[in-house]
Parts: sequence; C-alpha cells; structure tokens
Amino acid sequence: MMRTLSLALRNLLRNSRRSLTTLLAMIIGICAILLFGGYSRNVILAMQTGYVQLNGHYQIQRKDYFLYGSGNPAAYGISDYQHIIDLVKRDPVLAPMLTVVTPKLQLSGIAGNFAAGVSKTVIASGIMVEEQNQMRTWDDYGSMNFRRPLALTGTSADAVIIGTGVARMLQLCGTLKVPNCSQPSVKPPAEGPQAPDDITALSALEQSHSQSSSASTIEMLAANTKGAPNVASLNVVKAENQGLKEFDDIFLMMHLPQAQRLIFGGSQPQVTAIQIQLQHTDQMPAAKARLDSLLASSLKDASLELQDFQTLSPIYGQTIQFFNSVFGFIATLIGVIVLFTVGNTMSMAVVERTVEIGTLRAMGQRRSGIRRLFVSEGMLLGVIGAFAGILIALLIAHLINNSGFTWTPPGYVYAYPLKVRVWGDNVLIFCSAIGLTVVAIISAWWPANRASKMMIVDALRHV
Amino acid sequence: MHPVILNKICKSYHLDTVNVPALQDITLEIRPNRFTVISGPSGSGKTTLLNLIGCIDRPDSGEIIVADQRVQTLSDDALSDFRSHHLGFIFQNFNLLPVLSAYENVEYPLVLTKMPAIQRKERVLALLDAVGLSDRAKNRPGQLSGGQRQRVAIARALASAPQLVLADEPTANLDSQTGAAIIQLMRKMQREHQVSFVFSSHDPQVQAEADDTIFIRDGRITSIERKARSEEHA
Repeated sequence: MMRTLSLALRNLLRNSRRSLTTLLAMIIGICAILLFGGYSRNVILAMQTGYVQLNGHYQIQRKDYFLYGSGNPAAYGISDYQHIIDLVKRDPVLAPMLTVVTPKLQLSGIAGNFAAGVSKTVIASGIMVEEQNQMRTWDDYGSMNFRRPLALTGTSADAVIIGTGVARMLQLCGTLKVPNCSQPSVKPPAEGPQAPDDITALSALEQSHSQSSSASTIEMLAANTKGAPNVASLNVVKAENQGLKEFDDIFLMMHLPQAQRLIFGGSQPQVTAIQIQLQHTDQMPAAKARLDSLLASSLKDASLELQDFQTLSPIYGQTIQFFNSVFGFIATLIGVIVLFTVGNTMSMAVVERTVEIGTLRAMGQRRSGIRRLFVSEGMLLGVIGAFAGILIALLIAHLINNSGFTWTPPGYVYAYPLKVRVWGDNVLIFCSAIGLTVVAIISAWWPANRASKMMIVDALRHV
Repeated sequence: MHPVILNKICKSYHLDTVNVPALQDITLEIRPNRFTVISGPSGSGKTTLLNLIGCIDRPDSGEIIVADQRVQTLSDDALSDFRSHHLGFIFQNFNLLPVLSAYENVEYPLVLTKMPAIQRKERVLALLDAVGLSDRAKNRPGQLSGGQRQRVAIARALASAPQLVLADEPTANLDSQTGAAIIQLMRKMQREHQVSFVFSSHDPQVQAEADDTIFIRDGRITSIERKARSEEHA
C-alpha cells in the first residue's frame, strides 16, 4: 500500500501545475465550508447566549401558560414559587448545575404619560434585578466582549425601563435623552369617549402624585386578580432599544415586587415563570430529567410544566435550520465542483498515461492494481487538499477572530465580537475533511475503473 | 519442452463493419533458450503474433501453450499473475515508468511477484550490474540516454527470471551502433539466463543474430529458418 501511495504521490507531482490547480479548487472549497460552518456556529452560539441570558435554559411555568396564559397572569400564576425555587436550588442533582434560579412575572397593561396626554399598551416583566444581572454574565462560549448590568440596578422600587419605541410614543424621548428619537411638533387633538369614572378617579389620584415627581414619571394601568383596574405610578430610569421594533414598542421592565403589587395587590404574590439557568447547555438533558422527576413527584399537585429556551424562542431553532440548509447547499455545491475537478484531472491523467497503463498490465499488474493506483491519486489529492484547506481556514479564522470586527445578531441591539469558530469544532473539521476525501475518491473511481478495463494491446498502441 | 506452442491460431480485428484477418492458421513452436525473430513487412501480423505469445491479447480460435500453461483458460487476474512470473517484455519505446528510478523500474516486476525485499534488492543490483548501469541506479529514465533506457528495460524484463522475453522492435528507436550493442547485450543475457527471446523486428542486425527466424506475410507463416547452434554441432 505504501508503495502504491508513493507511486501515486510521484504521479501527482509529475504534473505539478495541474495537481496544484486541482488542490487549489479543493482548498478554496473546504475553506468556504469551514469558514461558513464556523461563522454559522458563532451566530448560533451567540444567539443561544442571548436567549439563555434572557430566559435561562428552562422555565417552570403553570401548565398551558405558554400557549394560553400570557394575557392572564393571575390565572396562570405560581403562588408558592419561593418553595419551588428552594426545592430546585437544594436538589443534590440540580444544585451543581445551577447558576441562577429566579422568578419572573409577565403582565400586560397600558402605560400612560398624562403630562403629554398619551398612552401605550405594553408587555411588562417584573424581575429580580440582581439575579437577572447574574444571568446576563452567562457566557459559556466566549461570545461577549462586555457585560452590562441592567439599568434597574440600584434603583428605587418604582423604577422601570422601557423600550425606545414606548418612550417615543409616550413622548419621553427628550426627557430620557433617547438618541435618534424624534417627537411630533404638533400634537393631534384627543378624541373619543370619556374614560369610565373609576379610571378617571384613579388617573387623577396618580396625576396628583406625579406632579410632584420628575418629568419621566408614567402611570401603568393593569387588571388585578379580580379583573379590576389598578394603576401604579412608575419612574422611568432609562429607555433602551430592544432591537426588534415590535418588541421595542411594547417593552417595559420593573422590579418584581412592583409588578406583583400591580397585579396581586395585597394578595399572595405570584409569578408566571421560574427561570433556571445552568452552567452549561450540555447539562440540559440531565437537568430536564431531574426537573421532570421533581415536577412529577414533589410538585405533582402544582400543575407545572417545563419549557426550554428553544421552545420559548422559536427563532433560535428556525435560525439553526436556516443555517443548516444554507450550509448543506454550499457543501453540496462545493462537493459537485470538487467531484468534477478531480474527475477531470484524473481523466486527463488516464489519457496521458495510457501507454504506461498498458505497460504495467503487460508486466502483470492486475486490473485492481491499476484501479487502486488512480484511486490512490484521487485520495491523496483529497487528503492533501483537506489538510491544506483546514490549515488555511484556521489561519483565516484566526485573523478574523482577532480583527476586532463586531456584528449584531437579528433582534439584538448590541454587537457581539465577530468570530469564526473553526478551531475546536472537531465534528465540522473531521466531517469536512472526510467528506472532501470521499468525494475525491468517488470522482477518481470512474477514470480509475476506465483505466483498469483498458485492453492491453490498445493501451500499448496509444499515441 | 517448448516455451511456446501455437496450434492453428486465428485472429482478426473488427474495423467498423469490416473484419480484417490479422493471423490465419498459425501453428508454431518456439524452441527453448533461443533467439527467435519474427520478421515480415509492416501489417504482416508480427506484433499481433507477439501479443498473443505474450498473453496480452487473446486469439479468436486455436490453442496457445506458454510455459506449459494453456493460457486461454486463465482468467484475467490469473493471466496477469502468469505474465508477472513467466514473461518479460521489452518495448520499442522502452516504456519505463518515468516517476521511478532505474532501480525501481527493475524492481517493479519483482514487487508484483511479491518477492521479499532483501532478495529483491540483490536481484535488482545484480541485473543493473549485468547491463552496466550500477552507477545509474538512482537516475530516472529522463536522465538516461536511449541506449541506457533500453538496458534498464532489458534488466526489468529479466527481473522475475521469466522463461520467455518478448521484444517488439527493440532497436527501432536506437541508432545502429547503440542498437548493435543492445542486441549483443540481449544475446549475452539470453545465454547467461538461459531464457528464450522472441523479437519482432525489421532490423537486419537482429535477424543476423537470430537462432530462428519466422517469416510472416499477410497473417501467415511463409517460412521458418532454424540455425543449428555451435554447441549443438559440437
């Protein structure tokens, strides 16, 4: 075998320019595959990092809350959430895997800026600020080049942050110093029926409070557990762009106790989700098994269910599918190019070496020996091309990773460092190299087979 | 025992729709340890006859026995193995593998016969020495003259100690002086190695050196001249 490989290598070097051209096509091909694979891996990991920072790996919710409950937090609330959090945190199986277990209350309501006479429907979330800050430090893949605490950190109990879209519609851009946020010069006259008496009274009550507070105070109206309206006066500490306009136009975040007072008043406070963040994503199956076990045993009467971050953020899975399909398309295209390039090279080699084939056969070389020789040449082209391509792809990836370029994933407002994650993705590297070599062998097979089936006398007569 | 026996061999080629007879009713015995030349004008069937004897082509009918083996019955792989053990070839254009050195070219048939490496080395060095190319063992064919290449080809043909060496116009691409030297070398090797050489050739120098000359025309043997050897007279 070594002799065959040695002979194959010498034959490749015999027409070095043609072999080099073929290798170049293969190197470019495998570089394209690896760099795109590394880029898409970075995008997917950056998105995962974002979603895990925001939602955790898992959320414990009341059964059916995910599908039907977002409009009615009171009906789908978890009242004994602290007990569940303690149970999860103290569980001997789960504890070593956990980074954060934190409650969250999501609610909808109407935010109003009475000073400007405007209001806006919002989706608000009540969170534990310190725990959310801790969640935002999760960076298992080195995707972040900075860590920014929430603007709610160290603020008063009535503090909130809103999306820039909400700030724009509530005409708070000037007060909150929101960049690139214009306000209408002429206010359209307010029209429509008079608000109900109870709303007017609540509003007047809150307005009297707000007159003494800062200009960034808003009121939020929400339905309490009995369906009655409740209003809270809130202090907007910052408006932050949330990336997606649809989300930015409804975003509001506040301290959990404030959100609970708004919905539950003096009743027992509840939450709509318990977020669970693990140290590593690959711990998810083990964590799920244990959490499912807890939900089915200790918490079986609480009617709870577990949702993973992929379910909570469907775009994550859709993005992976998108990149997989593009990757498959590129890989197929490059595979076909390599197939024809190597096939053409080997066909030319067979024609050029026809007399040589006849001579070898006359000396007693079997057909299989001739086939093996040409297939070996194709295989060597594949192996050398794959090896060189991997080295060059790693070099290019290193240069890109150290270039300082950044990019912003879809739906994000802050930029991640641009990385091409080729190094360490052994599956990608291994499969690309094997795939390229197999394609090279397949493309060499046909000319090799043709060479092996030549009539000896015809081959020796070839001019 | 005759190294080659041909019995009523016929061979024709199909050119488009025309059937062109190349050999007709050839019956022949090649004597052992002889210098046999197949002579005839172009298109007479010399090379076809040589190809059939060399087992690189198959007849339409008739029987071929080479080295006591009825070769038509062998499969392609068996025939390949048979050639590697029993036959040597010398070509008009030398047909050395350009990527291999002189040493490796001579060694190649021995690799096919799976001879152990140590024996292989001894055999190759001895053959290169016998053809006067010990100092050129590492040279590739491109670094050798025409005469030197044909010497390497002779050494290669004799490497596996065949019973029969077939040479198709071995001096056609050499000048007369080099050609004469090559003939003398082949004669010497034929005697030393006790092997039968069969040539196809127009070259009068080759014919003059032949023990047996087979004249062929239009695919038929017209005459056979067999010279008695001096040792046979003795």
